[in-house]
Parts: sequence; structure tokens; C-alpha cells
Amino acid sequence: MTDLSRRYDVLVVGGGNAALCAAIAARREGASVLVLEAAPKFYRGGNTRHTRNMRCAHDSATETLSGPYTEQEFFDDLLRVTGGRTDEELARLMIAESKQMLDWIQAQGVRFQPSLGGTLSLGRTNSFFLGGGRAMLNALYLTAERLGVAVRYEAEVVGLEIADGAFLGATVQADGRAHRVEADMLIAAAGGFEANIAWLKQGWGEAAENFLIRGTPYNRGTVLRMLLDAGVQPIGDPTQCHAVAIDARAPKFDGGIITRLDCVVFGIVVNRDAQRFYDEGEDIWPKRYAIWGRLVAQQPGQIAYIVFDAPALTQFMPSLYPPITADSIRALAGRLALDPEALEATVARFNAAVRPGTFDHTILDDCRTEGLDPPKTHWARRIETPPFHAYPVRPGITFTYLGVRVDRDARMVMADGTKAANMFAAGEIMAGNVLGQGYAAGIGMTIGSVFGRIAGRAAAAELHRRRNARKDAA
Amino acid sequence: MSLHTPPGHASAPLAEADRLMTVCNACRYCEGLCAVFPAMEMRRSFADGDLNYLANLCHACGACYVDCQFAPPHEFQVNVPQTLAAVRADSYRRYAWPAALAPIFDRNGLWIALIAALAVAAFIAGFVAWNDAAVLFGTHTGPGAFYRLMPHDTMVAVFGAAFLYAILALAMGLRAFWRDIGEPAATLAEPASLWQAVKDAATLRNLDGGGVGCYGADERPTDNRRLYHHLTFYGFLLCFAATSVATLYHYGLGRIAPYPWWDLPVVLGTVGGIGLLIGPAGLLAAKWTRDPALRDDARFGMDAAFLAMLFLTSLTGLLLLVLRATPAMGLLLALHLGVVFAFFLTMPYGRFVHGLYRFAALVRYAKERRQMAEAPAARA
Repeated sequence: MTDLSRRYDVLVVGGGNAALCAAIAARREGASVLVLEAAPKFYRGGNTRHTRNMRCAHDSATETLSGPYTEQEFFDDLLRVTGGRTDEELARLMIAESKQMLDWIQAQGVRFQPSLGGTLSLGRTNSFFLGGGRAMLNALYLTAERLGVAVRYEAEVVGLEIADGAFLGATVQADGRAHRVEADMLIAAAGGFEANIAWLKQGWGEAAENFLIRGTPYNRGTVLRMLLDAGVQPIGDPTQCHAVAIDARAPKFDGGIITRLDCVVFGIVVNRDAQRFYDEGEDIWPKRYAIWGRLVAQQPGQIAYIVFDAPALTQFMPSLYPPITADSIRALAGRLALDPEALEATVARFNAAVRPGTFDHTILDDCRTEGLDPPKTHWARRIETPPFHAYPVRPGITFTYLGVRVDRDARMVMADGTKAANMFAAGEIMAGNVLGQGYAAGIGMTIGSVFGRIAGRAAAAELHRRRNARKDAA
Repeated sequence: MSLHTPPGHASAPLAEADRLMTVCNACRYCEGLCAVFPAMEMRRSFADGDLNYLANLCHACGACYVDCQFAPPHEFQVNVPQTLAAVRADSYRRYAWPAALAPIFDRNGLWIALIAALAVAAFIAGFVAWNDAAVLFGTHTGPGAFYRLMPHDTMVAVFGAAFLYAILALAMGLRAFWRDIGEPAATLAEPASLWQAVKDAATLRNLDGGGVGCYGADERPTDNRRLYHHLTFYGFLLCFAATSVATLYHYGLGRIAPYPWWDLPVVLGTVGGIGLLIGPAGLLAAKWTRDPALRDDARFGMDAAFLAMLFLTSLTGLLLLVLRATPAMGLLLALHLGVVFAFFLTMPYGRFVHGLYRFAALVRYAKERRQMAEAPAARA
């Protein structure tokens, strides 16, 4: 078992993509590295285990990518999804480095495949991991292990001793007792606080009790909290999180990708009072995917129901749970515990407002309602063919935006603007630097890999600089 | 948790396989690993025939278990290789012909051992009964040496009958499989599908973890079952070729066995025999060291019995070759013939059938994949 009493050059806190890229990069530069992962081995890697691709710029098509994706196009996409809330210098750095990342990450054992069935829209921009995020993690861990990186699971960092922007040591809870771990450099890559309901409540109030967490219960933000408390400069909206609408029957934690539902366009969405509350036909994927979590979070009881009829059932990706089904709208309301009159009235109003058009869910088609509030501006078809189906949905929290500010070396910046002496950050814990809001598929992994490698290399460089300085002094 | 409860399945493993395919079809991260997941994606619901098809398509490389974020201890408890192994083994029993012999699959290790022991005993008893001790324990060399102990025509009649029976029973099993999965007979005559399946089977393309290798004891792709399977399969083919060449020699050229060590039947048989020693031994060892989560321990007897029969066929054959000019030849011949006879007889009632059904599944998959490629819009 990994020895916690010896002193390492670099301590990496966290065990996901960013942590492993940092650990491997630092180790390849000659540093001794200890990785502390709070989760048990099976749950290692935080949100990485649920990912499936990363977004990297590339100048031409590859074996697995269907066409070029230039740095400028990537940057334009980032500007669009963040509404400009990004640090342009860091964003451009990340995008430039993402180009090499495709090769570098494969050199660490990660393998790619063409885009997955049902995700053809990402086939040009995103590189999909063969076997998914856990396969990617397995490859990184095997490489790290082969290089001699020390890894300890079920080792939670519960204390950080930081003085004047310098990391001195960490208190680690492992084997039922506290250990003191010292290292010359700290790389924090321990994710956000999406699994910390108490913290989410600070931004969302009691509604957060009804949130489902899409990743592991280990993303509690402990390290982020300690860093901010120790005077590291925060970045990103402290109250915001990325939320999508997922099946309300999903487990509280770690339901991952398979509980997602993307059938909003095929029907109507009603709240607990059987009333519609937003234009289901506003925009195409992925934008509509990302707004519905927030919309449902604002509804009473944080629950909503996607209601559609028989022809729609086979038009979208199958999901984990079967729809709730009945032969009439009234009976469906009974199954959903909604007011039958209210649901019938809502569907009748909607059906009456639907104008004729040609349905095509791949474009903003001309099927819309007239004289309805809120309207359904595209893909509006009458809900009239039994059996009728419904999926209950709740907000599914993917990640949080609050993080620590870093510079081009992934070095933490203190609240007073000075640079931390020996502390670096990578991954979700600093994602807010480039992703102030919104999301683009696969960008979390880009942030993790690119800033992970930057942090690992920068920590090793700082280490060598200090050693050389000591040698010169001697 | 209100997970999908699959209605109307014939067995608990099939119901579990349905549950898993529903989970997997909502995820699809594994689609690049092997043929099973693309075949799954072509379906939205999974009847028993579909599941038996997918189970026989699975080569048990283990990659989808190692890569799965929902594998145990996750509450979704996704273990595709183990579940499909159980479904697969059940399917062998289900397709057995005649159905009255299906229970042989229930305690397969015991049955195969018993049949092998009886066959060997019968051959030894026959040799003792029909031959003088002087002949049985004598030294025989030159053409026709073996046939002094058992007349060639008798040998052909006994083994020909056993072999033809095995072919018939295997063909009936294949027919049952093909009907169960609901595929038209014409698919088995499509040259393009057959050729693709031959390539996939010959290279074991699907026993490769999507390119990195197979999994055994842990998450390291260090498993060598693909190599051992190649040694076994090609060893078997070489032995079969040796027998075929010898038959041609006998009837076509009038050259009577045994043949000198440098002659084609002996060379083919020896090289194949060595493969049939190393291959099955390696596969059995890999089974023992494999992560229990990936094993279908209930069927260990069936796997072990088949591997042991292959190993013994080769071992007795090679011993016979080495000692054929000694007084031990008589008993060794009886031993070898007994093992081979039992092997022929039990081919339709043991692990041998996996090759047949898996090849057939690959034929269907080749056809389906071609159809998907021609209609990409259906993927959306």
C-alpha cells in the first residue's frame, strides 16, 4: 500500500482526468508524485467516469473525426455557450493546447473511436473514448502506475495547511485515522461541489433537496472550500450549476448518462399543476438539453412531466426507465398523480393551438402553435394517438461553476492578485476560468486534460527551479 | 428503484440480460468494443431470441465490464459478460437435439467424463476381446500396423457413424438457434455475410477488447485467451486436416497408415497436436485465474470437460505417435480411439457448439451491419 509518511515532490488531490494528466505530466518531468483519491477504487475519477468524449481543435479529419475543427471555431463556440463569460487568454491557450492533446492523451494509452450512435452531431468536433470515460480513466491509471505514480484510494484530504500562498502540508483521512502528508507542490484537481446538497442550498434554497446528482457522491467540494478559505481567489458564479432534466426515477447519485431524457421536443412539458411553463420547441439540441434542468428546478416541487403520444415513442434514444403509459390523457394523469381535468384541459388547449406543418426534429421546422402561452414554436404536433406516455423529470446536476482563479501555468492566484508559491489547479475546480456559464459537449474533459498537463509540467518546472536555486546557493 | 421489469422471459438470466441491454442501450459507451453493442443498438426491445443472438455474439473478452461505470458495486449492477455467458450456456441446452439429451448440459462435466471413460473402456475391452494377447502387446510396424488391432473398415464404420450423428445433431441445433433468433435461412447462404463471418471468426476480432486485448484477473488487458484460442482452434483444424489427408492417402493413393514422421498427415497432426496441448491448457489456466465477476462458475464443468477432451485427444494421439513401434501401441491406440470416439459423440452436447452458434451469429451480424451501413439515417 502506498506510503503516506514519505515526502513526495508533488501531491495531486483528486483522481479524475485532470488529476491523472497532472500526475503523469509531472512524473514524466521527473517528479515523485502522490495521487490522493477520496473515493474507493471503483468510484475513482469523479465526473470523468461518466464522460464519453473531449473537444479538441484539429486542422483536418482523422480516423475518428469527420472533419477539421479550427481553433477559431472552437473559440467562437466557447464564446457562444458562455455568453462571453470566459478569460480569453486562458481560453485561447487551452484551445491551442487542445490540438496536441489528441496525440498526447493517446500516448498515455487512451483510445478513441468515431462518435457514438445517436451523437452524430458531435462527430466532427469531439473525440469519443473507446469504452467511455471509465475506460479512459483505466488507461490513465495504468500509465500512471507504470510510470511509478503512487496512488491511494479512500484517502480524503480534510485539511490544507497554507501560509501566504504556500502549501505546507495536508491532513489526510485514510484507514480510519488522520495522516500528515507533505509535498513541495500541490495540484488541486478534486472537482466541484455538486454532490454537496448543503452547499447547493446556498444558491438554490430548499429546492436543492429535490436535485438529483448525476455523478458520484464524492464531489463534495471539500478541497475547493479549503482553498477559498485559505485566501485563493474565487472565480465563477458561486450559485450556479449545470443542470439538465433527467428521469425523476434516477438514483440520488451517479445515475450518469443513462437517465437523461431528450424527448422534450416530441411533446409538452407540464408541471405539478398540469400546466405548461416554457416553449418546448425553442431550440435544438444541445441548447434545449441544457436549459431544462434549470426550468424544472424553478417549478413547484422541482418536478415536471414530459407528455407525448404513441408515434413519438420510437423517435428518440431509448432511456433507462420505461415511460409511464395509459390509454387516455385522463388515465395518464391518474398514473402521474396529476389533476385529470387540468391535464386534459392543458392537452386540449395545446392541440387546438397546433398549426399544420411538416415535422422534422433535426431542424427548426414549421410545426408551431398559435395563440398559446407559452407557445411551442417548433415541432408542435397534436397529442392525440393513444397510448399516451409520460416521463417524470427532475433537475440533474452535472457540475458547479465556482472555482479557483489560475494563470497560464495553472498556478492559483490569491485573493490579493499575487501568485501562489506552489499551488496549481486543474479540471472542474478551475473550470470557471474558461467556462463562466453554459456548456459545450466534451469541454470539461478538454479543461481537465489541458490544464492537468499544464499544472503537472508547471509544478515540475517550479520544483526544478527551486532545486537549481538551492544548488546555486550551496 | 423502479427499474424496468422485463415481462415474458424464459429464464432469470434472460430477464437479467433484457434489463442490462436496456441499460446499455441508453448508454452505448461500449459500442466500439465488439459486435454485441452495435447489434444491440439496432433494437429497442429484447425478446429471448434477440438475447440469445446477442449472447452468442459475445466473445467474453471482458472489456465492457472493466469499462462500465455501472458495473458492481454500482447499484445498476451491470455485468454483461457474466450474464451473457449464462444466457449463452442456457441456449446450448435449449437448442440440443434430440431434446431428450438436453439434460446432458446440466451436469456436463460429469456426463462428458462418464462418456469418455465408457468409450475408452469399451475400446480397450474390444481390443482385448478381439485380439490375442500376443497381438495386443506385440510390436507392429509398417503399413497396416494399426489395422492389425482393429480392421480398417470397422474403424471407418464406427467413427463414420459417430461423426455423421454428430453432424446431424449439430445441424439440428443450428436450425433451432436460427429459428429462435428469427433469421431467414437464406442469410446463411449470403457469400458476403459468410465471408465476413469467416474473417471475424478466424481472427477473433471480437475477442480483443476493442483493440487493446482481453481482461482476465483485473483491469489490465493482459489476458492471453485469444492466443490460446488460436492455438486450440488452428490446432484442431490441423488435426482435422491430418485426418483428411490420411483419408485421401488411403483411398486415393492406396497408402496405408501409419505414415513416416515426415509425411504430411503426421506433420499436420503433430503440429496441430502441440497446439491442442498448449491451447486448451492455457484456456483452462486463464479460466482459473479470471476475475470471478467475469466467470460463469456454474458452467465451469462444461468448459473444463471440453478443454480436457481436446487436450486428451491430442495427448493420446502424440503418445501413440511416439510409442507406435513399441508394445504399448495396442493399448494406446484403444485409448486414443476411445477418447476420439467420445469427443465425436459429445460434440453436440458440450462446449463445442459455441463455435457453431457464434459463427452463425457473426453471419447474421455481418448482414445487419451491411444493412445499417446502407441506411445510415436509421441511426439518428
